[in-house]
Amino acid sequence: MIEHHLPILLIAIPLMAAPCCVLIHSRRLTQLLALVVCWLCFGISVWLMTKVMYEGAVTYNLGGWEAPYGIVYVVDYLSAFVMLFVSALAAIVLTYAPTSVQAEIPEPKQYLFYATYLLCLTGLLGICITGDLFNVFVFLEISSLSTYAMISLGKTRRAPLAAFQYLIMGTIGATFILIGIGLLYQMTGTLNMADMAQKLEAVRAVDGETWVGSRTMLVAFAFMTVGLSIKMAVFPLHSWLPNAYTYAPSVVTCFIAATATKVSVYVFLRVVYEIFTPTFAFSILPLDTALMAFSLIGIFVASLAAIYQTNIKRLLAYSSIAQIGYMLLGISMANTAGLTAGIVHMFNHALIKGGLFMVVGCLILRIGSAKLEDLQGAGKTMPWTSFAWVLGGLGLIGVPLTAGFVSKWLLLTAAVDSQHWWVATLMLLSSLLALVYVWRVVETLYFAEPSEQAASAKEAPPLMLITTYVVVGASIVFGIWTEFSAGVALETAQQLLGVTQ
Amino acid sequence: MTPEMMIQLGMGLPLLAMALVGLTGSRPNVREACTLITSSVLFYVTCNLASFVFAGQRPEWNLGEMIPGFEIAFRVEPLGMLFALVASGLWILTTVYAIGYMRGHHEKHQTRFFACFAIAIFAAMAAAFSANLFTLFVAYEAMTISTYPLVTHHGDLKARNGGRVYLGILLSTSVAFFMLAIAWTWSVCGTLDFREGGILGLAHAEGKISDTQLGVLLGLFAFGIGKAALMPFHRWLPAAMVAPTPVSALLHAVAVVKVGVFTVLKVCVYIFGIDLMSQTGISDWLCYVAGATILLASLVAMTKDNLKARLAYSTVSQLAYITLGAALATDVSVIGGGMHIAMHAVGKITLFFCAGAIYVGAHKTNISDMRGLGRAMPLTFGAFFIASLSIIGVPPGGGAWSKWLLALGTVESGKLALMAALMISSLLNIAYLIPIPIRGFMTPPGEKPKTFKEAPMMCVVPLCITAVGSVALFFVAEQIYEWLKPITLGG
Repeated sequence: MIEHHLPILLIAIPLMAAPCCVLIHSRRLTQLLALVVCWLCFGISVWLMTKVMYEGAVTYNLGGWEAPYGIVYVVDYLSAFVMLFVSALAAIVLTYAPTSVQAEIPEPKQYLFYATYLLCLTGLLGICITGDLFNVFVFLEISSLSTYAMISLGKTRRAPLAAFQYLIMGTIGATFILIGIGLLYQMTGTLNMADMAQKLEAVRAVDGETWVGSRTMLVAFAFMTVGLSIKMAVFPLHSWLPNAYTYAPSVVTCFIAATATKVSVYVFLRVVYEIFTPTFAFSILPLDTALMAFSLIGIFVASLAAIYQTNIKRLLAYSSIAQIGYMLLGISMANTAGLTAGIVHMFNHALIKGGLFMVVGCLILRIGSAKLEDLQGAGKTMPWTSFAWVLGGLGLIGVPLTAGFVSKWLLLTAAVDSQHWWVATLMLLSSLLALVYVWRVVETLYFAEPSEQAASAKEAPPLMLITTYVVVGASIVFGIWTEFSAGVALETAQQLLGVTQ
Repeated sequence: MTPEMMIQLGMGLPLLAMALVGLTGSRPNVREACTLITSSVLFYVTCNLASFVFAGQRPEWNLGEMIPGFEIAFRVEPLGMLFALVASGLWILTTVYAIGYMRGHHEKHQTRFFACFAIAIFAAMAAAFSANLFTLFVAYEAMTISTYPLVTHHGDLKARNGGRVYLGILLSTSVAFFMLAIAWTWSVCGTLDFREGGILGLAHAEGKISDTQLGVLLGLFAFGIGKAALMPFHRWLPAAMVAPTPVSALLHAVAVVKVGVFTVLKVCVYIFGIDLMSQTGISDWLCYVAGATILLASLVAMTKDNLKARLAYSTVSQLAYITLGAALATDVSVIGGGMHIAMHAVGKITLFFCAGAIYVGAHKTNISDMRGLGRAMPLTFGAFFIASLSIIGVPPGGGAWSKWLLALGTVESGKLALMAALMISSLLNIAYLIPIPIRGFMTPPGEKPKTFKEAPMMCVVPLCITAVGSVALFFVAEQIYEWLKPITLGG
């Protein structure tokens, strides 16, 4: 009986737990509650994933109202996959969190952190699970608002400013998305995504072979893509991201860097591939070319910017913008291989970047600074933490036997197979920039004379190290054993493109 | 023991050695015993495997798909077998030598050193046994990464800068060219398997790839395989000389560089196919690039006073011989190239061992300071002289045969200019190698003759063995020729 209700429980449990945290107020209890809830969500996600893999998509009608009249939750390959790694990272980052939170967030505010963390998780999971477009917007706002709040908890006075900057950009993005949804609703009279896709098909079919159709649809499409591009931090709409990642508390950065942008990519996939369909987006409109160009420019610009950063968090933030470019590059190829590469990279990058930010969290905890000059020589006093950086960094570069290589290889073969020679070459060249910025840190950690702070630093606490190594280790495991990640991504890509085997 | 198990052991044993070294790090004697025992067992296993392979069998082991459509698979053919034999055999000697050197020198982080060494050997074995380009690429990159901590072992600024060039060139070339070339090959042929007679020939016949494109593809491979140190991507090899000498000896005279030229040979023989290359003439330009590298590197070597730097440039030059052998694309030249892998490995490792022994025993690195040193270290300088003969290519050095075959290859393909280049290069080899032992033995020292003072036994014994080995190879060359012959037979 309860099995049947698991899709709604996945959302309801963290949603209810968040206000409970505020009511409980005690640091220890909220911490415990949040931890239990996160692991519970992970458990449910695993269960949903296996169910999808063995029995096919799961649908759940809220309150028993049939779609398209009621709100329906749909768990298919794509949503189960994204929910799985979002909840996994949420759980593991929260397990890692307590020491770092204690050091960076004033004690009286800690219960707020745990409450907003759970709200953010609710939002992210909700976006994935719902089959209703307006619901997507609602959950998007839940996750965004809680993210603004979490960023503003940062230690420095720049944190509230960074949060405010993100708030402005994020709200513009959300408003654009809402306008898009409104226009689509006005055209189709429905908010259910599957239903909407069907009705739009009808709108299009009337117009015959060539596209002469409604301008409303074009406008809606434009608003949606631009709005989502802000949320995904696609170059040149990325300006909110570096500050937000840099000034947020370390744990918050770990969590949002690993999950938030990927969930936006998820929405983008749903909107472009399922609602508007690839034919509309890529054949009638040149979204593929535009996306490819912006991704490539973004990859180069952001990677170059990362090379010149002196703050390790900001360095990783720019790297994230570049990595989003790789995901979109795959998506922009609009074929099964490219899409598979893009989706795999969502997963792989979540692990790699999550792991690297966790390493940074350990360094900041012990050294008290994210500046490269203060981290000098930490390899001697914090060998385990530093080695974790090397392992994660190799993944970011895309060295064989790491998850990053799997993404890179799939993207390369997809590009070559579809005759995108320039893309293949530029992509490979750009990955060398990752070598430069990753290795800059490696050299700082290992070859420089220890700074004062680094010389007196101790190794990070065991729990933080273990959890960091779990994530970094996973990024290696999924570089060797790709049956699950690449397999699910392929299945998803085929579903999105409507290819049947 | 089935051949399949031997393949598994061939790669499993170095990994086991790494694990054991890591676990027993606190007790150096136990730790070194672990490496010695596993390396000896490894050599025994490869010898056994060789008896199957050289009898005509092609044992296989399939590990399954790593990325959908791309398998990690192993299939042992004569070229890889020879390389595996060389690498595993010299690993034992290098371990003995390294113990003497590292302890004699009171080096730090010895556990990390021996562990990374074992990983590098693992990568070499995996590359030697690989059944397709994908597997080979993974092993190739694993080797680059695992040797970085060895190159930067000293952890100072010099090591950092050397490591930067090392990693920078090796990773950039492999990512920017090699990986692209592999993807291109895959998109044209639909497979990456090494097959007798090559896989591109069929695609070329079907018109899927033109002559010009083949030439470009060959260029991507030749320069992408940076470990083959073809100019202008050779700078990493001299840069890697900041490493402790055992690393330079085994890795930068044997394992790492030989993986490079081995890959070039394998690509030419099993991906392009000798017939395709000789018919279309796509590799002509590569012959001349290799020829130029042979001469230029020899000339640069002459200007180096630092012994290890001179040996490094000598290696660059000798590696180009092997690339030349592949590019000439005749039966004898390919076999000569393959044979030169073994001949040069044994000769050059001896020279590096000597360089290290001189450093440990007399703390000298510059050739100009070695005046009269041969009287104090006769064994070391004697070994140096013998090994030099092999590198130069005069009997009774093993190198004589492989160079002979390569010269035959240039004649057979009618490229007499390259024949001349080979001859000039041999003269240059004499000019930069022979003065070293001569300076050591002949020039009377200014002051009173030095007392007899060799490096520790652990250093001297291995270098004597390899010196004898480089002569012994002269007498078994025919056997090696017979072993390698099957690689030129088309599928």
